[in-house]
Amino acid sequence: MSINSGGEATTIRRRSWRDVDLRAVAPFAALALLIIIGALVNPNFISITNLANVATRSAFIAIIAVGATFVISSGDLDLSVGSMVAFVASLMILFMNSGVIADPGLMLAAAMVLTVVIGSLCGLANGLITTVGRIEPFIATLGTMGIYRGLTTWLSQGGAITLRSSELQSLYRPAYFGSVLGLPVPILVILIVTAIAAFILYRTRYGRHVTAVGSSRDVARYSGIAVNRVRTIAFIIQGLCVAIAVLLYVPRLGSTSATTGILWELQAITAVVVGGTALKGGAGRVWGTICGAFILELVGNIMLLSNFISEYLIGAIQGSIIIIAMLVQRSLTRKA
Amino acid sequence: MTRDGEEALAPVLSAERVSKSFGEVQVLFSVDFDMLPGEIHALVGENGAGKSTLVKILSGFESPTSGRLLLDGEPVSLPANGAAEALGIILIHQEFNLAEHLTVTESLFLGREVTRFGVLDRRFMRAETRRILDMLGSHVDEDALISSLAVADKQMVEIAKAISRDARVIFMDEPTAVLSREETEILFDQVRKLRAKGTSFVFVTHKLNEVMELTDRVTVLRDGQWIKTAPTRLLDSDAIAQLMVGRELSSLYPAKHEPDVDEEIVLSVRGLSTGYVKDVSFDLRKGEVLGFSGLIGSGRTEIMEAITGLRSRLSGEVLVHGTPLAADDFMEGVRRGLAYMTKDRKGRGLLLEEGMTANLTLQSLGRHVRYGYLDPASEREAMARAKRRFDIRVRDDRVRVGRMSGGNQQKLMLAKVMETGPKIIIIDEPTRGIDVGTKQQIYHFIAALAREGCSVIVVSSEMPEVIGLCTRVAVMREGHLVGMLEGDDINEQTIMRYAAGLRRQAS
Repeated sequence: MSINSGGEATTIRRRSWRDVDLRAVAPFAALALLIIIGALVNPNFISITNLANVATRSAFIAIIAVGATFVISSGDLDLSVGSMVAFVASLMILFMNSGVIADPGLMLAAAMVLTVVIGSLCGLANGLITTVGRIEPFIATLGTMGIYRGLTTWLSQGGAITLRSSELQSLYRPAYFGSVLGLPVPILVILIVTAIAAFILYRTRYGRHVTAVGSSRDVARYSGIAVNRVRTIAFIIQGLCVAIAVLLYVPRLGSTSATTGILWELQAITAVVVGGTALKGGAGRVWGTICGAFILELVGNIMLLSNFISEYLIGAIQGSIIIIAMLVQRSLTRKA
Repeated sequence: MTRDGEEALAPVLSAERVSKSFGEVQVLFSVDFDMLPGEIHALVGENGAGKSTLVKILSGFESPTSGRLLLDGEPVSLPANGAAEALGIILIHQEFNLAEHLTVTESLFLGREVTRFGVLDRRFMRAETRRILDMLGSHVDEDALISSLAVADKQMVEIAKAISRDARVIFMDEPTAVLSREETEILFDQVRKLRAKGTSFVFVTHKLNEVMELTDRVTVLRDGQWIKTAPTRLLDSDAIAQLMVGRELSSLYPAKHEPDVDEEIVLSVRGLSTGYVKDVSFDLRKGEVLGFSGLIGSGRTEIMEAITGLRSRLSGEVLVHGTPLAADDFMEGVRRGLAYMTKDRKGRGLLLEEGMTANLTLQSLGRHVRYGYLDPASEREAMARAKRRFDIRVRDDRVRVGRMSGGNQQKLMLAKVMETGPKIIIIDEPTRGIDVGTKQQIYHFIAALAREGCSVIVVSSEMPEVIGLCTRVAVMREGHLVGMLEGDDINEQTIMRYAAGLRRQAS
């Protein structure tokens, strides 16, 4: 009897070793590798200040990409996030400039609430166009990408929209530049957003529904899941994440223009794919996504600190990363 | 003399002591198999017996771990990924390999298009396609799009494709699973014609009556081992079934249990119509097993989907325990104890990329929510219960569902539907593509449900199943309910007469 149970335990242990999902581990391995390479390239790289800086700068993409993880896991795609950042940020600054509320604290609070509401509405619009309008998400969000960008250009009359009140500016500044217990606020926000997202995706009924809808719309439908509602909510979550990114973005520069957030959708999707989420839908990996966002920012940082590749090539490098990530993902799937 | 000649026939293709392992799991143990020219060879066994693996090895889609293959007596290693087709060895997959957007002609010549001066010679290819289809006695139009064809015609196109490549050995994996009785007859006629011309066939099937009807020899596999190869005429279906399961199948069907005539009516369908289904009415009593028979495409699945709310109704109403059920609301039906199990377990029933537990609880996640989050312990408990109740057997609990055998998938799907705690269960094709042993388990399970006071509707294309299980049988034809049979009327001839339109009850 004891021999028997002992044997069982060893087989279980061996299984768990072999069953380690390579796709889940790969992004973290790549991150570790990059940090080692960075340390070899330039000793300053490995300093806490530099790494904290990198993490802080990755905040916008990381938070947007968390939302994108939901959309992609449910089998859709949102190309409009970059334009949405510009649009929502412009409206937020215009509202704060309007001066409808005299008290700066109240004004800021109202502006933040408004931002969250507008972000969610933008996401809702994307969701309804794809589900109720039955338009491919690629096309639907390509359309709204143009709309949000165009509206921003119109609002700013081709120039910039700048936060005028210096009082508000100084009040709002710590939201990006401040720190809590030595941890920069943006990093804190990343961690909180990701933890909540991971909980929703892995531990709630809605999260399970997202996975099911992304794996097979038919199976989901025949299991009594309201497929369109699940998809629309994923788009709203994406809009919410964009709004949160805007809340961090506005205090950083205090201004937006028609070129704000250009190509961020590419970076967000890259972060998601690098993080191990399959583009065809199904299993989403929130922590992997964060890891992917760090990797993108680290690559840029290493290029800046090293002298042998021009930093003007950063777009090309990021483009290559998404292709390599897809190839790695596929080869790992085949092995599994 | 003739007998000597028979003995002297050299096998076209044979396997000698072939073994195969996937990782640590061995699925074939030193199996011998041979194909004579111009014979139809049945390959039978329970799910997981290794039939599909053996067929894949013989057609070059997998390579054996040990042992060897002989083609015309010469050792050969077959080229991978279907390139063995050039040698005349062709596997027709269970799920067809046809591109839906191509025409029949384009499909036939896919990958070896005929050109003249670098331009596609459409006229020649069309004529050739027509010639082959005529030879098969098929009326499929050579310019028809694959997507517009009925399943049986797609099967015929696959066979035409095989012939156009001068096939010597054709492997067919469950070819009749999706065919009606008439379509099966047509297919068998063509197969017999080709056999007369010297083509050999390997038939992988679960339907023993077809084995008896069509094949010359039978090979039985069990648990990856070769059990027996014998001429079909020396065996009967009972003997084959016993060889397959290695034990005696006392009774495939459990005893019927007829509900009282004054038993409560739990489900009542009144004048239900959809686009195709016209004016269907019937009642279902508590504890009843009601069968729905009919040819493929007679509207059985449509009517069930309309009842459950998966498909829109044009008119008519559905009453559950006497109160109307809203149209287009699948979840309301589930809440009121109505469950539907699809016949398409891979496309609509199960998430193949996910594990068993995620699939089991997908439809009943509400039961596992504690304070707004999913309780893993509660889900694990449900999984353990389901494994016991439905006898789901897997080597590793974390296996992806797509890698489980058809029988285990079917049991898991049944378990998933039962998790919602239904009182009325509609089961569409309860035993499609699964082995005899699992079939028996599912039949007994259905009977047990009825005895416990649940009501079951069994939609099935396998007539023995409907006859063996049901106390009443509804027969559908072209969207109409043409007959409701009871008692002695439930037999193959009568059902067929209604299904084929030779008889009809006044409604």
